[in-house]
Amino acid sequence: MKFENNLPIYVQIVDYLKSQIISGVLKEGDKLPSVREIATELKVNPNTVQRSYQELERENLVFTQRGMGTFVTEDKKVIKDLKKNLANNILNNFIEDMKAIGFSSNDIIELINERVKEEK
Amino acid sequence: MYDVDNIVEIKNLTKSYGRKLALDNLNLNIKKGKVVGILGPNGSGKTTLIKILVGILRQTKGEVLINGYKPGVQTKSIVSYLPDRNFLYEWMKVEDAIEMYKDFYADFDEKKCDDLLQFMRLERDMKVNSLSKGMKEKLNLTLVLSRKAKLYILDEPIAGVDPVARDQILDAIINNYEENSSMIITTHLVRYMEKIFDEVAFISDGKIILEGNAEKLREDKFMQIDDLYKEIFG
Repeated sequence: MKFENNLPIYVQIVDYLKSQIISGVLKEGDKLPSVREIATELKVNPNTVQRSYQELERENLVFTQRGMGTFVTEDKKVIKDLKKNLANNILNNFIEDMKAIGFSSNDIIELINERVKEEK
Repeated sequence: MYDVDNIVEIKNLTKSYGRKLALDNLNLNIKKGKVVGILGPNGSGKTTLIKILVGILRQTKGEVLINGYKPGVQTKSIVSYLPDRNFLYEWMKVEDAIEMYKDFYADFDEKKCDDLLQFMRLERDMKVNSLSKGMKEKLNLTLVLSRKAKLYILDEPIAGVDPVARDQILDAIINNYEENSSMIITTHLVRYMEKIFDEVAFISDGKIILEGNAEKLREDKFMQIDDLYKEIFG
């Protein structure tokens, strides 16, 4: 993973792990690497990784079993919601950007329809 | 009053070399269990500060407490210090250096040392004078991290080593950092080290001009610590 320039490190690790969960690299019930493993791999402070795990836990995306490690949630709905949220974020940004350069809602829909047809 | 949550307390610390002021009324507290980066360009006072913390230099004015004690015999037994240059004799073998450390420090952990030697690809029968600069740095760090200290003070641990050695040194620091110990690391190579800091303090002309939680600073300033460093000192 590559770090971006303007976000706290823990947020970037959270986003990275979320993308791994959404894309299915990390599946429901999978064990996450230990804090220490991620810290070494990304060369970041273990406290930072710990904070990322806490954040994921707060969002119910992972759960920790004492002495066993941290696991991806087995609740499919939570993962589905995460996916939906992310899709919404992408859409919102996209629509905002398009409107900023002068496209109306109808223009956008038309463009998307054209593009989808091309891809088929 | 001394706060038990602080491993280091520095109050109004001043050090002058003749007429030149190296430290100017510097104040800084360091919490237990944190990795703290002291960031500043050459000549900003980093090494002077460190040398007072480890008891090599005496301050002109002000107070320093480590775990509640003034720097001295008491604090040397709990502080493991990596100087900014090689501290081993050239005639030594790695083996001799380890024996010296074992003799000096009751908290030296030989098992930890062996693991680190292997990780750094150092052999006990290598001679110090045949080691490259990067290898010497790795050996020095191996010895320093092999102690089970309360406070590790690393003065410029990655200065002048190649990128591969640099990564190895970072890995060794991360892997050997324990929650109940603290670390102070000085550097001007902020880009490579900033991700391992909990807290950072910017030092300029012998004063702390900005300090705080690294993640909080990234959030507030909307930039990485390296960019902040360039903004302050660039």
